[in-house]
Amino acid sequence: MFRLPMVPRVLKQLFNKPATNPFPARHLPKSITRFLEKVAAGKAELVLPLEVPEGFRGKIGYNPEGCTACSLCARVCPANAIEVNREEKTVTVYAGHCIQCGQCTEVCPKNNLFMTKEFLTATTDRYSEEMVLT
Amino acid sequence: MKESVVSAKKPIKTVIGPIHPALKEPIKFIFEIDGEKVIKVDLAPGHNHRGLEWMATRRNAVQTLYVSERICGICSISHSIAYCRAIEQAADIEVPVRADYLRTIFAEMERIHSHLLWAGVAALELGFDTLFYKAWEVREDLMDLLEYLTGNRVNYGVLQIGGVRRDITPDQHARINKSLLNYTILFDELYDMFLEDTVLRMRCRDTGVLTPEDALKLCTVGPVIRASGIATDVRQDFPYCAYGDLDIKAITPEALAGEVHGDVFDRIIVRLLEVKQSIEIIQQSMKKMPIGPLTNFPKLMVLLNHIKQAEGEGIGRHEAPRGEVFHYIRLAANQESPLVWKVKASTYSNAMSWVKMLEGEQIADIPIIVASVDPCISCTDRVAMVDKGRTSIFTQDDLRRLSRKKTERIRQGLK
Ligand code: SF4
Ligand code: SF4
Repeated sequence: MFRLPMVPRVLKQLFNKPATNPFPARHLPKSITRFLEKVAAGKAELVLPLEVPEGFRGKIGYNPEGCTACSLCARVCPANAIEVNREEKTVTVYAGHCIQCGQCTEVCPKNNLFMTKEFLTATTDRYSEEMVLT
Repeated sequence: MKESVVSAKKPIKTVIGPIHPALKEPIKFIFEIDGEKVIKVDLAPGHNHRGLEWMATRRNAVQTLYVSERICGICSISHSIAYCRAIEQAADIEVPVRADYLRTIFAEMERIHSHLLWAGVAALELGFDTLFYKAWEVREDLMDLLEYLTGNRVNYGVLQIGGVRRDITPDQHARINKSLLNYTILFDELYDMFLEDTVLRMRCRDTGVLTPEDALKLCTVGPVIRASGIATDVRQDFPYCAYGDLDIKAITPEALAGEVHGDVFDRIIVRLLEVKQSIEIIQQSMKKMPIGPLTNFPKLMVLLNHIKQAEGEGIGRHEAPRGEVFHYIRLAANQESPLVWKVKASTYSNAMSWVKMLEGEQIADIPIIVASVDPCISCTDRVAMVDKGRTSIFTQDDLRRLSRKKTERIRQGLK
């Protein structure tokens, strides 16, 4: 017997809404920069990305207050993204190197490190101001 | 003119790769082709060696865990389970029962996701784009579920030596159950579209056959050997994690068709049935999972010190979606990083089966036969031979010499 169970599926699919969220715009703009300028000027509308779930591991966050420079975080960081200067008691976190595993946030005794929900971190400069946390 | 006629009768040698649009990962195929027929196949992996094992010797065990996750983007739980089990064996670390169950659940979710990814790719190679989108639609939902449970879509970072890092809380059960139910329905649809479609069946039946004898001789693993009718599965043969408590039987195509061809179609059958099996394993595990701690080492520094003191060797095996992965670890006392870490990914065992499968087939069948193994070349590459910038071929004697030197080095390190 000859069977083509895919055909009804194709027909059904024709009328389905796309499953993908059309971020950042319904149709790909010719130039993203110009599109963003337009959005800023209020001439175009940005389709927002979907909500991320609770416990999502986004960009790393660091709060220097109360950090004792104990360097426990640097000891477990697989990407060697954390630099601790013990003499000056400063910690530098390179978010551009971080692989967002969240291991440091679990060992920090003072809870100075945390995962944010931010995930749009693409940049041409790994060492730009927002990618180096001190 | 005359010459070209003569040479056309000889098999033509064609090289595909290492970087080629038809290949998703770097591997070199050398085909000898006569007309439409493939006469001889040779392959040359080794173009994407990343030196992960070397990296491990410069990191402590916890850091290496995340390196192990990155051996493969899809089998990331599989490699970390094998790695953790190797370390746990070497350092005598007990894993709580609940953690074992959670590992099982995550591993099975990964299996569903991997098999669906494969099903989509296979459909795409064959020209069934609807099926490709359908399979990936289901997979997308699963990745969302994994993100919901672990915090990441890929490289979940949910395992830890001696346990797991994240629990599945009771309020998460509803979402998981809903998704699983959804997959069961979607699975039936996929099943119908893959296995009942006459064109797809005609295309894949008796293409790329691997006989059971060859499968055994070449030591293939995973769905490839099971599709040739040999019921072997690490989860069934050497139960670990929670698999011993669960009802698991290796799936062979006999279960559905009553016969074994060892062809591409059988590999589709095995993988699809395994998706169903994984859904059932997750459901069983969720019911049976006892309450308890997630790890016996809540403090990481205690764990690291314990591993630092430990001395010995351990192996970890896990049935990854593509077949068995195997990790070997050697720990030395008073040293944070492992002395040796050896990884065998599943494609390493499966790669040679391509030769048997491809010989005698048509050129047009190369993509689907190559894809039917579900290869993961980059995970497989364990060595790259570079000598002062030149790559060269090492003979067996050269390799043996190098191997003995390394053993000697390790022996020196142990003293
Ligand atoms: S573990 Fe916490 S307290 Fe210690 S150095 Fe890192 S951020 Fe500072
Ligand atoms: S999240 Fe992971 S990679 Fe990033 S800084 Fe922390 S430990 Fe390092």
